[in-house]
Amino acid sequence: MRVLAIETSCDETAVAIYDSELGLMAHQLHSQVALHAVFGGVVPELASRDHVRKLLPLIEATLKQAGIDHAQLDGVAYTAGPGLIGALLVGAAVARSYAFARGIPALGVHHLEGHLLAPMLEADPPRYPFVALLVSGGHTLLAKVAGLGQYQILGSTLDDAAGEAFDKTAKAMGLPYPGGPALASLAERGRLGRYDFPRPMLDRPGLDFSFSGLKTAVVVTLRQLQQGGAPLDEQTRADVACSFQEAVVETLTAKCMRALKQTGARTLVVAGGVGANRALRARLLSMGEQRGIAVRYPRPEFCTDNAAMIAYAGCQRLLAGQQDDLQIRAVARWPIDSLQIPQVTTVSSN
Amino acid sequence: MKLLAIDTATEQCSVALLQDSECIDRCIPTPRGHTDLVLPMIQELLDESGYSLKQLDAVAFGRGPGAFTGVRIAIGVAQGLAYALGLKLLPVSNLAAVAQQAAGRLKLAERVLVCMDARMAEIYSGTFALAVDGLVIPASEEQVLAPENLVLKETLPRIGMGTGFRAYPVLRDLCEGMVIEENALPRAREIAYLALRDYKAGLGVAPELALPVYLRDQVAHVKAS
Repeated sequence: MRVLAIETSCDETAVAIYDSELGLMAHQLHSQVALHAVFGGVVPELASRDHVRKLLPLIEATLKQAGIDHAQLDGVAYTAGPGLIGALLVGAAVARSYAFARGIPALGVHHLEGHLLAPMLEADPPRYPFVALLVSGGHTLLAKVAGLGQYQILGSTLDDAAGEAFDKTAKAMGLPYPGGPALASLAERGRLGRYDFPRPMLDRPGLDFSFSGLKTAVVVTLRQLQQGGAPLDEQTRADVACSFQEAVVETLTAKCMRALKQTGARTLVVAGGVGANRALRARLLSMGEQRGIAVRYPRPEFCTDNAAMIAYAGCQRLLAGQQDDLQIRAVARWPIDSLQIPQVTTVSSN
Repeated sequence: MKLLAIDTATEQCSVALLQDSECIDRCIPTPRGHTDLVLPMIQELLDESGYSLKQLDAVAFGRGPGAFTGVRIAIGVAQGLAYALGLKLLPVSNLAAVAQQAAGRLKLAERVLVCMDARMAEIYSGTFALAVDGLVIPASEEQVLAPENLVLKETLPRIGMGTGFRAYPVLRDLCEGMVIEENALPRAREIAYLALRDYKAGLGVAPELALPVYLRDQVAHVKAS
């Protein structure tokens, strides 16, 4: 089964081809970060417009990279949600119609299922069950992954996503959009423990997160530091960034430990853009070493939004005989708990 | 010659299959159901005509102006089909498609004014004239503007078409003396006829080069910080 996949749920246009025998054959991505930078955040209408311009050339480039033509595809998968509805619709309309015209099955895939299964793209994939921490600008959640379609959400954010907290805090510190990575590199020059920011919800049972209070605490501290009106010196800024990052890393690490204990899983998979944060990686790795937990990361390009993960998830479900009718599917909200294990269809032999 | 046309730019979903001069079509009013309806409607046309997608020569679509998302559904479907089938695309103006509905009532060179409700107190507008082949050709630039800013040139249109006349009574005063049809929405049938002319003129484009025409391009503002 060879599957073409299209992902347009936010501000990346991505296309990939996955083969159940050969593995990942090709993947391409166009990032719109520069397009939205001037607005300080993703503008949904501009994102949708850009997907229209970029999608077909990207499909063509992916086919070329894989060295195959249209006739060598067996199915099409596309991100049907959750995400920006206008952006999702671009990929969904092209993907579903393309499959219709080629006479091959199509399937709308859950974006987060893609993220949860992304580590399965690696040469040495983790064994089920594992705990997945998904931390990005759009999501912060802990899930137990027991197999395809078997996801139990253990906790998620009640307000801002972890990456969102990074970006918003960076903005408050005057760093350019998207500020998360800039804030992280500023933090590396900071001194630990200069400021005492809250560890949100760490004192409470459960595995939910909350980051908006932490962001507010940083803003309040910045305001106090700047009371004289003079701009902050570089070291002070780095110290604030360092203490902020430390609060996020400690919170995420502690919740991961709780989740592993609660589920009895011995493998932790970390995905999402914040998963690339060096301080977080180091802390989780040392936590894993102490407790005999394998900590795994998909390669960096599959931590953030990509179509390879959609191709993988779609391929597994198409293989199990699942496919959509002629509807073009796109939904802004789609609870991942509502996903089901695909029922393998059996052909009757009488 | 077989041509498939698609339109999802407004509160109706329509598809048409034109073979030579014979056209079959489907038209369903729907505010938000285009994504559920459009491909099954195309399948219906194929079943009725006995043709397969592989026998098509080109795909046409309403390229706007209209609802942004609706216009993108049309181009997305058209691109997906044409790219898979190795066909050229024919983007057709939704204003021209509305104007074409009045063609049978126009004499040569007579004009029709189209005003579609563009929401946000604006209209999409364009003027078209009847050509010798019975199809309309543009007689003005297409524009998005406040209805009260519409200026009619010396050659007055005889017919006014489109939902703009229903939404903005000020247009009625401005267009006094014209025959008004305020419920006209673009349809795939007229898009197919207009696309056939463009196809014969060699105006088909590669699917990846086709673009929507939104007219309203100021959609984001840089916040002053």
